[in-house]
Amino acid sequence: MTIATTAPGVERRITAGGYLVCLGGIVWRESLRFLHQRGRFLSALVRPLVWLFIFAAGFRATLGVSIIPPYETYVLYEVYIAPGLIAMIQLFNGLQSSLSMVYDREVGAMRILLVSPYPRWFLLVSKLVAGIAVSLLQVYAFLLVAYFWDVQPDDPIGYLTVLPALILTGFMLGAMGLAMSSVFKQLENFASVMNFVIFPMFFASSALYPLWRVQQASIPLYEICRYNPFTSAVELIRFALYRQIDWTSLAVVAGCSVVFLAAAIFAYDPSTGLTSRRGGPDAGK
Amino acid sequence: MTIAPQSRAPVAPSEPALSVTGVTHTFGARKALDDVTLEAPRGAFTALVGQNGAGKTTLFSLITRLYDNRSGTIRVLGHDVRRDPAAALSQLGVVFQSRTLDLELTVLQNLLYHAALHGIGRREAKERAYVALRRVSLEGRAKDRVRALSGGQMRRVEIARALLHQPSLLLLDEPTTGLDIGSRRTLIEEVRRLIDEDGIGVLWATHLVDEIEVADRVVVLHKGRVMADGTVDELRARAGAEDVGAAFLAVVGADDAEGVVLARRASA
Repeated sequence: MTIATTAPGVERRITAGGYLVCLGGIVWRESLRFLHQRGRFLSALVRPLVWLFIFAAGFRATLGVSIIPPYETYVLYEVYIAPGLIAMIQLFNGLQSSLSMVYDREVGAMRILLVSPYPRWFLLVSKLVAGIAVSLLQVYAFLLVAYFWDVQPDDPIGYLTVLPALILTGFMLGAMGLAMSSVFKQLENFASVMNFVIFPMFFASSALYPLWRVQQASIPLYEICRYNPFTSAVELIRFALYRQIDWTSLAVVAGCSVVFLAAAIFAYDPSTGLTSRRGGPDAGK
Repeated sequence: MTIAPQSRAPVAPSEPALSVTGVTHTFGARKALDDVTLEAPRGAFTALVGQNGAGKTTLFSLITRLYDNRSGTIRVLGHDVRRDPAAALSQLGVVFQSRTLDLELTVLQNLLYHAALHGIGRREAKERAYVALRRVSLEGRAKDRVRALSGGQMRRVEIARALLHQPSLLLLDEPTTGLDIGSRRTLIEEVRRLIDEDGIGVLWATHLVDEIEVADRVVVLHKGRVMADGTVDELRARAGAEDVGAAFLAVVGADDAEGVVLARRASA
C-alpha cells in the first residue's frame, strides 16, 4: 500500500502557489473557528451596540458636539462615536486573535503552525490577514445594525471608502495583539490586558469625545490622547467614512503597523525569539 | 518565487533521516541539553528513552525549530534546520506530546488545514487525507468532529496528519501518554508498519521501556546527556543486564531511574 503518488523523501518545492495555499488555509481555519464560536460573534456585535443604544443615547443631551471636520453639520452623538466603536471592535478582535495565539500555544496548535516549512514572518502575516478578515465581518455587521438606527455616513459611498481604512487599522491593532501575545505566557493574563490595554487605549482617545473637549479639561490628558495610536485609528476611520483621508492618522497607523509587526516577527523568530528565552511554550508545564 | 533553490541539491542516499551533532542548549543557568549527538536512520525505529525532564521535549523543540540551536548542528535528511529550515521542515512529520488537533473542527478539516500549511492544494489534500486516514483505519470518521474521538483515535489522526506531506522523518514525543493498553499497542504496531512499508525513519521518545523491541535502536538521554546509543543488544551487553529496563537502570544509575521503573510497573 502506498500513501500517494510520490514516495517519502521526494522534496516538495516551495512555490508562489504554495504560499497562497498556505495563506488560504490559515484564513479558512480562522474563519471556521470563528463560525463555531457563535458567542464570540454575538459579543463582538453586542458590545458596540450597547454603547450605541444605551451609552450614546444617555449622553446625547449632555455632550454637545460642535461642527468639527469631517462633519459639515451638527451630528448626533451616536454618529460621532460610531467610528470609535468600529475601532473598538477591531481592538477587541486584534487582542482576541492574540488571545487565540496564546490559547494555541497552550494546546499546542501553535506548534503545528510553526513547523510549516514556510517562513515564520509569512505565517504570522497570514495569521494577521485572517484576523483582519474576521474583524471586517464584525464591523460590517455592526454598520448594518447601526444603519437601521439612523447612524450612517452622509453618503453610502462611505461604506466603501472606509474599507481600506479598516484593513489598515485592523492590521495595526492585530499586529499589536500579535506582538503582545508573545509576551503573555498564559491565558489568565488576558484580564489584565483588558484593564491595562483595552480600557486605557479606548478611553484616552477621540473615540468618545472630541479632543478639543479633552483639551478644555486637562492638557496632559489631551497630549496623551493625541499620541495614542488608537486615536489615529479612530480618526482614520472617521474621515474615511466621510470619503476623506486624514493624512496624519494614516501616517501614524501605517508607522505603528510596521513597528508592531516587526516586534511580533522578532518575538517569534527562532533565533532571536523570546520563545526560546522563556523556555518555550511548554515551559509552564 | 521559490525559496533557496540552491539548497535543493539531491540528498545522498546515505544521509540518515535525522542527525544531531554536538547540540547544547541552556535555559538561563539550566542546561537542558549537553553536547547531544545522535542519529535516527531511515527505515528504522529509534527509541529516545529518558525520564521526564531528561531533555526530550527540548530536543524536539530544536529539531522542529521552535527555537534555534545555538551550538552544534541538526540535520533532517542532510538539511540543516537552521540554514535551510524550509527543506528540513518539509521532510519532517511531528506528533507532539500535547494534543494539537482543533477539537471543534472535523477530522478532515484538521487534515486539510495541515496540508495547506505545507502548500498542498485542496483537491490533492483531500485525496491524501483519505489515504492517510485509511492507513490508521479511521477513514470512516473523516466527517466527525475531533471532540467525538477517543484519545487513541486522536493520536492516530495526528499520525495521519504528520504523514500527509510524506515526510522522511517522523518524530513522536511520548505519543502513548494517556492511552490504554489496547490503543498503545495499536499505535505502536501502526508506526512500525509505516517503517516497513515506507522506509520512513522514526524517532520515538518515551519513558516506557516496554515500547522498545529487540531490533530497535535505543538512545538513552539522561539529564540532558546521551548516556548510551546503540541497538538493544548492545545496550544489554554493555550493562550486563537481561532486559532493557535493567540495562537502562544500569546506564543512568539506579538511584536516578525511579521514574522509569515506576512507569514500567504501571504499564506491565
